[in-house]
Amino acid sequence: MPVLETTNLCIRFGGLTAVSDFNICLEDGELVGLIGPNGAGKTTVFNLLTGVYEPTEGAISFCNEALCSAGKALQPYRITMKGMARTFQNIRLFKELSVIDNVKIAYHQNVKYGLLPAFLHAGPYAAEEKEIEKKAIDFLEIFNLHGKKDEQAKNLPYGEQRRLEIARALATNPKLLLLDEPAAGMNPQETSQLMELIRFIRDKFKLTILLIEHDMALVMGVCERIYVLDYGKIIAHGSPAEIRCDPKVIEAYLGEAV
Amino acid sequence: MTITQQVIQQLINGISLGSVYALIALGYTMVYGIIRLINFAHGEVFMIGAFVGYFAITVLGLPFIAAIIIAMVFCAILGMIVERLAYKPLRKAHRVAALMTAVGVSMFFQNAAIALKWIGASPKGFPRVIEVQRYHIMENVSITSDRLLTMGVALLLMFLLQFIVHKTLMGKAMRAVSLDKDTAQLMGINVDKTISFTFALGSALAAAAGVLFALNYGVVVYQMGLLPGLKAFVSAVLGGIGIIPGAMLGGMLIGIVEVSVSAAGYSMVRDAVAFTILILVLLVRPAGLFGKNVREKV
Amino acid sequence: MKRFQSLLQILIAVGIGLFLQVLINNGMINPYYAHVMTNMCIFITAAVSLNLINGICGQFSLGHAGFMAVGGYTAAIITKNTSLFVPAMISGQPRFFLATLIGGIVAAFIGLLVGLPSLRLRGDYLAITTLGFGEIIRILLLNWQFVGGASGYFGLKKYTNFTWAYILAIITIVIIRNFIQSSHGRACISIREDEIAAETMGVPTTRYKVIAFVIAAFFAGTAGSMMGHVNRMVSPASFTFMLSIEILLMVVLGGLGSISGSVGAAIFLTFANEALRRFRAFRMILYSLMMIVIMIFRPKGLLGTKEISLHDINKTMTGILTKFKRPVKKDNPVETSE
Repeated sequence: MPVLETTNLCIRFGGLTAVSDFNICLEDGELVGLIGPNGAGKTTVFNLLTGVYEPTEGAISFCNEALCSAGKALQPYRITMKGMARTFQNIRLFKELSVIDNVKIAYHQNVKYGLLPAFLHAGPYAAEEKEIEKKAIDFLEIFNLHGKKDEQAKNLPYGEQRRLEIARALATNPKLLLLDEPAAGMNPQETSQLMELIRFIRDKFKLTILLIEHDMALVMGVCERIYVLDYGKIIAHGSPAEIRCDPKVIEAYLGEAV
Repeated sequence: MTITQQVIQQLINGISLGSVYALIALGYTMVYGIIRLINFAHGEVFMIGAFVGYFAITVLGLPFIAAIIIAMVFCAILGMIVERLAYKPLRKAHRVAALMTAVGVSMFFQNAAIALKWIGASPKGFPRVIEVQRYHIMENVSITSDRLLTMGVALLLMFLLQFIVHKTLMGKAMRAVSLDKDTAQLMGINVDKTISFTFALGSALAAAAGVLFALNYGVVVYQMGLLPGLKAFVSAVLGGIGIIPGAMLGGMLIGIVEVSVSAAGYSMVRDAVAFTILILVLLVRPAGLFGKNVREKV
Repeated sequence: MKRFQSLLQILIAVGIGLFLQVLINNGMINPYYAHVMTNMCIFITAAVSLNLINGICGQFSLGHAGFMAVGGYTAAIITKNTSLFVPAMISGQPRFFLATLIGGIVAAFIGLLVGLPSLRLRGDYLAITTLGFGEIIRILLLNWQFVGGASGYFGLKKYTNFTWAYILAIITIVIIRNFIQSSHGRACISIREDEIAAETMGVPTTRYKVIAFVIAAFFAGTAGSMMGHVNRMVSPASFTFMLSIEILLMVVLGGLGSISGSVGAAIFLTFANEALRRFRAFRMILYSLMMIVIMIFRPKGLLGTKEISLHDINKTMTGILTKFKRPVKKDNPVETSE
């Protein structure tokens, strides 16, 4: 059963067709890359999948459920609750909040107590908050961030901010994780640590990962399959080895063959 | 009086009032388009413009058209000063901070007006500078000379604005900066100067609107900017905020609706109409009549 | 420990309230100051509730006076007309209590009507709809002869006393603080920090903005009722845009997002208002300049989001005490490299 399947996804901004005929299928537990030159429409694809944009045409099916049909997309928070989480190209942490609060917000969707217990700090409030606190700390431990749990997110070094953003996305307990350029701004050593982390996440949390990346070492190193996007269309698809010598891909990256 | 005649008469009255709203709305829309700020002080610029016109006529004894021009120049400079002192430092701050500053500026002008000895809190009669004549267009449909003048000046200014925005280099810079500030800067456009210029243009239009409004209603008072400012903002939203022709059309529409509601005998709730329209627009078509539904870039 | 601490805080609050009330009853605090202190508590209620929208949730409301007017007029109608809404057998203070509650509920309902269309959208629409709403309420009241039109609705009994206002202020502070420290409150804060990220973390942003807005409108309504029944009248002139601005200034001065800051600023500004009573225009000029200057130099408000709590006071005190005795031990920062 595919985790994610899109059929003929298409979005137009005014006259500009940003993505068209986008068909992609992810099986359970796969680690798939989405690459392409700048402006090819990769982040737009993520925005379509997570409901930030509504597709002009096409359908998205997630674990056999329709996320959008007839141009009406689910709101982003509902898609998150169904089990899709993402990170952003330009890190979007809750900067002024502590590291642990960043993670706690991901648990918000599981909170059962209503407004009245919140106003009075009564009833199920204490037990549930304690549970959230514990879960968040355990989670930060996995990512080696528990030592900084009370620091403001904006004060973390860049690499740790990336890691916190991934941790925060995972805390929503997704079946599918979308990573938007996780290695952006990292040096080769940090990138190789990130590769370890991505594999570790996949195995530990048993989920499917789709990642956008420009760093070819990372993409070729961790991805099992790769889709190549250019001018909003998929131009190639296959294993890293196949992609590496696909003439269309080379042309897209290097321009017209000389 | 037939229904048709009544409709035409109200249309004329509405467009005359609406052209004033449109002039104010243009300032809101241009400023919002270029720095994404609701300039709450814009209504006060309108008020100050009306007072400058008032003093130009009563103290300096200038003719009406000269008074409008002086008010426009004065407010253009004032607009630039306000932008430089109050808004420029906050260009990168959270939008709530910028909005609060704008509210602060608006409050400052209103209360400074009260505190100034020659303005004060009580309304002043605006002199009848032109002789009010009534021109009959058709049976039972007429227009007064002050309304005709209002429409004429407003249309002329709007035409001038379209010319500046579309045919001059500065206008091109304005359009570029409103699309993308950073790229515009890289293309060698002086962003600060362009924003200053936008404020100057918007404020000058508001000043002209203020003098015209005062002429029509025969009164100037420190809080005269609040309601017309609010209605003009609704006009801008109705037409699609950031879109210049949208503000013009929106202003006319609000003017027509307001006059019609008054004519239908509901003049008490006249001021509530614009607000109701705002709520409806937000519910049905938040991008406005001319606007495209653009979501925030992620 | 945490439970004990919040219990202690409430006990201290009750103690202060009782102490002040005793001083008022004894005449140690004269009626004028008792009146000022009652107003102060009303302003605390208003400022703390506005902070929930503008500071905690990162939205921008300019219509607090409008909600106060809704609550104030509703409550006034109920206390003055013994046959309306509340059975006539309930009279005196209990009737005032119910009237205040209903005033809050009606304001909250209106808040829902105003908030729903404007909070759906990203952007600054709330500012303008609330500004418009405040004006419209005022205009409608001016034209509503049943409640006296422009001259106002007179002849209310002076039900509000220091105790009522104080209790309301404490309830507002406790409930809003508790809300912020809950999962729901965190959801509101995440909207302020980054709306798009909040939504992708599974936070229904519109719903939480509306919730915060409605809660704030409720407390504004109750504050309006208190205000009406201390001045013994409600009139369109007492709920103008200037009132919204004064409350906004309290929020800005105290720090956007800081409850204790709002309380402090409300206290400070109420007394400043009294001191500057004779210079009305000058006072507003000063306030508007303050607002501009604070925003330019400290965009998060004077105190920012910091809270001053008993714990902090305790810590500072013990800090000062121990400072001279032994060097402060520094925790080793935990290594977190991979």
